[in-house]
This record gives sequence, C-alpha cells and structure tokens, in this order.
Amino acid sequence: MEHVQELSVPRTGGLLSANATLPLKAGAIAGILAVYAAAVGILGLFAGRYVIVDAVTLGHVFLAALSGACGAYVWSRSGLALAGRTIQVICAGLIAGLCLVALVWLMSTLSLRWMFTALSADLLRTLTFGEGAVGGSVIILVASVAAAVAGAVLTALPSGLRRGITYGLVAVLIAGVFQELIQISLRFGWPVSAIREALYVWGGLTMQGAAIVFIAACAICWLAGRMKRRRRSGDTEDPASQSRNQLLNALVLLGVLVLFPVVAGSYIGQVMMLVSLFVLMGMGLNIEVGLAGLLDLGFVAFFAVGAYTIALLTADSDYALAHYTFLPALSFWTALPFAVLAATTVGVLFGLPVLSVKGDYLAVATLGLGEIVRVLVISDAAKPFLGGAQGILQIPKPSIGSFELADPVYLFYLTLVFVLIAAYVAWRLEGSRLGRAWTAIRDDEDVAQALGINLVQSKLLAYGLGAAFAGLAGAIFATMLTSVYPHSFSLLISINVLALLIVGGMGSLPGVIVGAIVLIGLPEVLREFEEYRYLFYGALLIIVMRVRPEGLWPSPQRRRELRAEA
Amino acid sequence: MTIADTTAEPRWRRTITFGSVTSWVLRIGITAILVFGIAASVLKDRYSADQWVDLIAFGITIGSVYALIALGYTMVYGVLRLINFAHGDIMMAGSFAGYFVAASLDRSGALNAHPVLAFAAILAVAMVVSAGIAVLTERLAYRPFRYVRGLAPLICAIGVSFFLQQSFRGFFGAGLRSYPDPAWLRAPVSLLGFNVPAVQVLVVASALIVMLGLYIIVHKTSMGTAMRAVSEDVDTATLMGVDVNKVVTFTFALGGAVGGIAGVLFGLVFKQVYFFMGFTPGIKAFGAAVLGGIGNLPGAMIGGIFLGLCESLGPSLLLDGLGVPAPYQMRDLIAFTLLIAVLIFRPYGLFGERLTKKKG
Repeated sequence: MEHVQELSVPRTGGLLSANATLPLKAGAIAGILAVYAAAVGILGLFAGRYVIVDAVTLGHVFLAALSGACGAYVWSRSGLALAGRTIQVICAGLIAGLCLVALVWLMSTLSLRWMFTALSADLLRTLTFGEGAVGGSVIILVASVAAAVAGAVLTALPSGLRRGITYGLVAVLIAGVFQELIQISLRFGWPVSAIREALYVWGGLTMQGAAIVFIAACAICWLAGRMKRRRRSGDTEDPASQSRNQLLNALVLLGVLVLFPVVAGSYIGQVMMLVSLFVLMGMGLNIEVGLAGLLDLGFVAFFAVGAYTIALLTADSDYALAHYTFLPALSFWTALPFAVLAATTVGVLFGLPVLSVKGDYLAVATLGLGEIVRVLVISDAAKPFLGGAQGILQIPKPSIGSFELADPVYLFYLTLVFVLIAAYVAWRLEGSRLGRAWTAIRDDEDVAQALGINLVQSKLLAYGLGAAFAGLAGAIFATMLTSVYPHSFSLLISINVLALLIVGGMGSLPGVIVGAIVLIGLPEVLREFEEYRYLFYGALLIIVMRVRPEGLWPSPQRRRELRAEA
Repeated sequence: MTIADTTAEPRWRRTITFGSVTSWVLRIGITAILVFGIAASVLKDRYSADQWVDLIAFGITIGSVYALIALGYTMVYGVLRLINFAHGDIMMAGSFAGYFVAASLDRSGALNAHPVLAFAAILAVAMVVSAGIAVLTERLAYRPFRYVRGLAPLICAIGVSFFLQQSFRGFFGAGLRSYPDPAWLRAPVSLLGFNVPAVQVLVVASALIVMLGLYIIVHKTSMGTAMRAVSEDVDTATLMGVDVNKVVTFTFALGGAVGGIAGVLFGLVFKQVYFFMGFTPGIKAFGAAVLGGIGNLPGAMIGGIFLGLCESLGPSLLLDGLGVPAPYQMRDLIAFTLLIAVLIFRPYGLFGERLTKKKG
C-alpha cells in the first residue's frame, strides 16, 4: 500500500483524486456510525449518562470520539502539506456532522417513531441541544469540526505528550463511567473518603474532580515513562526472580480478591460471584472448544442439569425427590457430587451421538441438542417432575455447620474456592497426556487417530469433564437464586460462555478469567446498558475475530499459531 | 497372498467399533419409536380426514418457507463451504422491511385496492433490504476469512447473527408487530375438493415461483454457471477467468433476496414480526438444507417441504400416539431431533454427493 502511494506521488492528478476521497470516506463512516447509534438507541442511552455531572454526558464523549477518530485518521493518512491536511480534516468533520444533521432534519419533518422506536422527541431535543433544527444543526456542525480538529491536533503532538493526554482523558472517562463502583470503594477511612469528596458529588464526577484525575493520570504516565526508560538500561531478571515475581503477583491478586468484596459490599460480591460462575463454566467449555476443538453450543444444558439436580435433591418443594420417594432431603454438600455426576453423565450422553460430526455441523448439532433439552424441560410432559415453566422453588442456601452462607460475599468465597480447585484441575489437565491428545484432535482428527489416540475416549472425556465444570457452576447458581426456572438456561448462556472464551483467548486459563471479567463483570457493573449487551457481544466477536483472533490473553502456543497463519 | 489371506481378519469384524455400535443402537431405537408411535396414533383415530388435510396443507406451507431459507444456506455453502449463521436474521430483516411496506400500504388503503401490486411491492422491498444486508455482511465480516480454516469463520458468523438480531431489536423494539390481515388473504380457496386458506395458497405459489426463478438463474445465466463452477472447484474456476469475489457477492445477494421473501411469507403465515423470529426457523432450515444435501438446490427445496410436513404432522402422528401430553409444545423437538439425526447419520443428505476430502 505504501509502495503504491509512493508510485502515485509523481502523478498530480492521481494524488489529488486519491486524497480527495479520504475525508469523504472517513467522515461518512463516522457519520453513519453516529446515525446507527442513534437509530439503535445507544446514543439516547449514552446521552442520559453523565461522565462529568451537569456538563459532559457519555453521548457527548461518543460523538466527539467518532469525529476525533475520523480527524486523526485523515491527518495520519493524508499526503498533503499542513494547509491541505487541515482542510481535509475540516471537510471530514463537516461530513460526519452532516450525517447527523440529516438525521435531525429527517426526525423533524417525518414521524419516524412508529418505525424506529429510539428516534424519539427526547432524542431530537438532545441532538439539537434544545435549539430546534436550525440552531441545533449549526451546533452539531461546529462541534463535529472542532472534535475532528482536536483529534488531528492530538495525532500531531509529540508521542510523549500525546500519550499523556490520551491516558488522562481515558482516566477521566473511567472515573466518570464507573463512578458508582469507585465511590463504593472509597467509603472507609478519613484519607480515602477525603479523596472521594474531592472528586465526586452524589450524582457523579465533578469538573474539579475531572481536572484532578486528568492531571494525576498525566503525571503518572510521565513518571512511568521515565521509570521505563531508566529500567531499560538495567539487566534482565533471571528466571528464578521471574518465578518468584509470578508467585508474589498471584498471592497479591488472591489477597485483593478476598478483601475487595468485604470493602465494596454485597452488590460487588454478587457481581464477583457471577463472574466466578462464568469462569467456572468458561473453564469447562475451554476443555471442549479451546483444547479439543469441539464447538459446543448446547453447553448451557450441562449448567441446567447441575442446577436442576441440586433443586431435586435439596429443595423444600413438591417436586423434590424427598417429597415423593423415601430419599431424605440432602444438604448442599451431600447433593453437590450428584450434581456434578449428573452433568458429567449428560455430557457423555451428549457426546455419544455427535462423535462423528465435525466443524460447523458439530456446532449446529450441539445447538440442536441444547434446544431439545430446553424444550423437554419446559414441556407439560416433564412438568410433574421438573415443575415446568414455574420451576422449582425453596432451594436452601449452603451451610457450614450452623453458619448459613446467605450473603453474596460468602457465596463468592464459596465459588472462589471451587474456582481455584477447578483451575488447578484444568491446569493439570492441559499439560497432561490427555490434554495433549485433545490438542492433537483439535488440530487434525485423522492425524491424531493415525498416531494412536483413541478419538472416542478422548472426545467423550472432553464432553464429560467440560460438563462437570458446568454442572458445578449450575449447582452454585441454583443455591444462589434458591430456585431454578427453565428460562434461566437459554442459548444466550452458551453464547455468553463462548464469547468470553473467544475474547479472553481460547485454550488459555488466564484468558478465561480476563474474558469473564470483560464480558460478565463489565455488563453487570454497567447495568443501564443491559439492553445492548448482546449487541456488543456480536460486534465484539466480529471485531476480535478480525483484529485479534488469539484473544486478549492467549496461550503462547495459540498466539504463535495464529500469527504464523496471518 | 495366500498366507496374508489366511491371517487377515474377516472384513465384517473390523467394522465393529464403539462408535458404530452406538450408531446402530440409536437407529434401531429410533425406528422402533417411530413405528410404535405412528401405529398407536393411527389406531386411536382421533383426527378426522379434514383435520389431516389441514395439517398436511399447513406442513406444505411452512415447509415452503423453510425451503426458501434453506436455499440461502445451501447456495452460500456451495460457493464458500461456510454456514452463514446469520441467514436466519437476514430473513428476519426482510420480514421487517416487508412489514413496514405492508403497514404503510394498509394505512393508505392500497393494500385492499391493489392487492397484486401491493404484494409485489412488499416482496420487492424485502428482497432488496435482505440482499443489501447479506452483501454487507459478506463484505465486512466473511470476506477476510475466505481462506482461513478452523473456528474463526464460524465464530464470526455467530457474531454477525447476534449483531443483526440485536440491532433490529434496538431499531424496532423488542415487541411483536402484526402483519396486516386483509380480507382477501383470509378467504378460503377451493382446491381439489378441499378448502384451504388463501394465505397458504399464496405462500406455496410464491415459493414455487421463486424456486423456479432461482433454477433459471442458476442454470440459464452466465452468473449462475459461474456459481456452479466456483461450487465445483474454486481454484479451477479462477484459472478459467471467473471473478470469485463477484460470484460470492452475487450468491450472498441472491441468497439474501430469497431469504427476504421467505421472511415476508413467514410473517404472513404467523402474522407477527419480532427481532428473534429468525433464530428457530433459521436453525430448522439449516437442517432442511443438510437433509436435502447441503450445496444441492433441489435437495434444499425437498428437504424444506419434508421438514415442514414432519413438523406439522409429527405431534399428531407420533407424539400423540406415544401418549405425550400437549404434543404441540414439542413441535420444535421433532424439528431439532430430525436435524441432529441427519447430521449424525447422513451428513451429506438425501441427494448430496459424498464430499471428497478435496472438496471438504
């Protein structure tokens, strides 16, 4: 591409025509994205969320970021001199703004509400800043050009300064968006609460607080840069030090995990518990998809089996086994092995019919199996045993002696213990003979078979062990909710777990954790955007597959493989 | 040679594996269940002849819709060896587009005044919208994976499906929208001595016309010939001067257009549109495509009709005989079971060729 551009430099006509389309394209893309966000409802939602109280909303940030990115792109790609580049940046900003202006005029003249539910009168007022179509259009165009120019200026700055400003802006954005979480965390002790009062009022981040955060982030970035440059001249650490550092990091992280929910309270404990549940499920699916390459879209069925088994064995309900058989009602601890065993059995049964199915067909086959389980559970035929759509209620919380783990924080600790055990098992499996057999099956089944690997046994073990992890998570889920309903176990759970594997990095245990935090933790903390969660998932899957197919924290092997292929 | 023959295992012994035993046990079990269920249901004699005719007519109607959706899968698979997971949602997009046109025409009175033109306009808009979205998804999401093996293209397809689905939820809300129900659509039509709702006749007739048109395009036009060449062997087709990118884009547009029509017809039959409507028909239609032999156009048509009939007759003919309460709740169960049975026992379908390793 660069070579072609060099060749085209001598031809003035070609150069002009090539550069003329650049602002048009960049501006149009930014504008279309803005219109899309408005029509789909995201922009309206963002406009209702302050980053800086009474001053800057997430909607402003979003639109400014679009125009800014557009300006930065044009500036970095343009082959013209300063004056020409500036004109191009301004043109791109104008075009981006014009798309939004067109939307504003459409909304003013036509009644689009009956078609697009998000294009409401409120949104129109927001877009025009309460000024009507004409005044609002002028404001939009000016703001769009200003943002594009700002983006270009930022790109033109020296790299150190640019990095500092960028980190500062990101820090302010984080401080504003996650203000509830941060305020909860800054509740205890005089110096900590003093910091909170300096930055926040009840509604969120103040302008003064934003300035403080910005300056602090810039300073930290600068100091970090200096430290990094100084350290670069030093010696490389020896392996023993690295190993000790890793262990120390792990211990510190564990300490943070244990202390944080106590400080932050029940809500954060609940969020962390959900993340832990999905880490458990992610580890299970990682065995099937990540290690063995068996794409299982019916994974939620195992989760459901674990949950229902606990319900049937422990609930104080007409549907519990204790109600109509001689069996006594069991405690959580006694029932737990049965839940895992039941899920494992179903996992193996899942695997039996699809032993010979591969690739895309396997995904659809497991999806179909999962749907069959769901249809059966919800049907009238199974209602006498499983409660039908009304589910099974009155599942007791787990107890240790006479102490009941009722609070989400305690349930989080319980789940954390299981996660640690499961992580150890998964880690050992990954490096074992069986783990290497799975990896071979993933790469090429026929070659693996030729090398003497028993495909049937290995595949069924992958399904069974993956299901065991899911059954364990389901058991904890049932006791957390104290009830089970069929609608808790939809296909979306399977997609959730698959998505966190993809985003975090398939075949990588740290990747499962990172993926769970990003895809489960963030949406739980940003609850007001719940409606668009799966929209982001879909977009994220596409983007990750295109830009970073190995995921955020990939296993070293997979990183090498995918980079070699690309 | 003589010594080798003496020591070799008999051929039939070598085929006995755990997998094959499981497969045969499953086959025998399924056959027994089918025979028993059907016999019990027929002997029970609960349904009248008119009711059976109604079920068959409905089965053919919904089967026609599945056939159209299946054609989209099968064409894309033919040229790309890729399952377009988003195809069901492209059909949903067409259904929404058709709905808005129908609602506008109904509001202005044109739907009753000029039914034929109105119906043509509805189908045309649905085709254009679905084809446009299909081409966009191919360009932005699938083209980068043209030569990538492994799970990446499949996962990207799942991402596209979710993105489209949730985008339409954001655009048009999560609630149901009802297709207009004009009088001429509800009137019964006498056909071979039986009374059938006009909407079912319209749906089946439209589907047949579309299938015929598709056959003409694929077999009588140069682009159709190019599609079949790419389906046969993409490298050789490239050597012969075929523009593969153009063919793939055209295939997506064609599949999308057919999906859009299917969406409108589906909306007419079930009278409602919502953002998740493409999921279940999409999966079922994929099963129909596989049943007919993925990559095989006539097979997809026959597979769709067959699936529709199974879904319509199955609860009465099989589940009722087995004593299952509320058998219609389990209608999806039949479709999904059929899907899995096909994927397991006959992945190349009734009419498909066994895919050679070279093609696969």
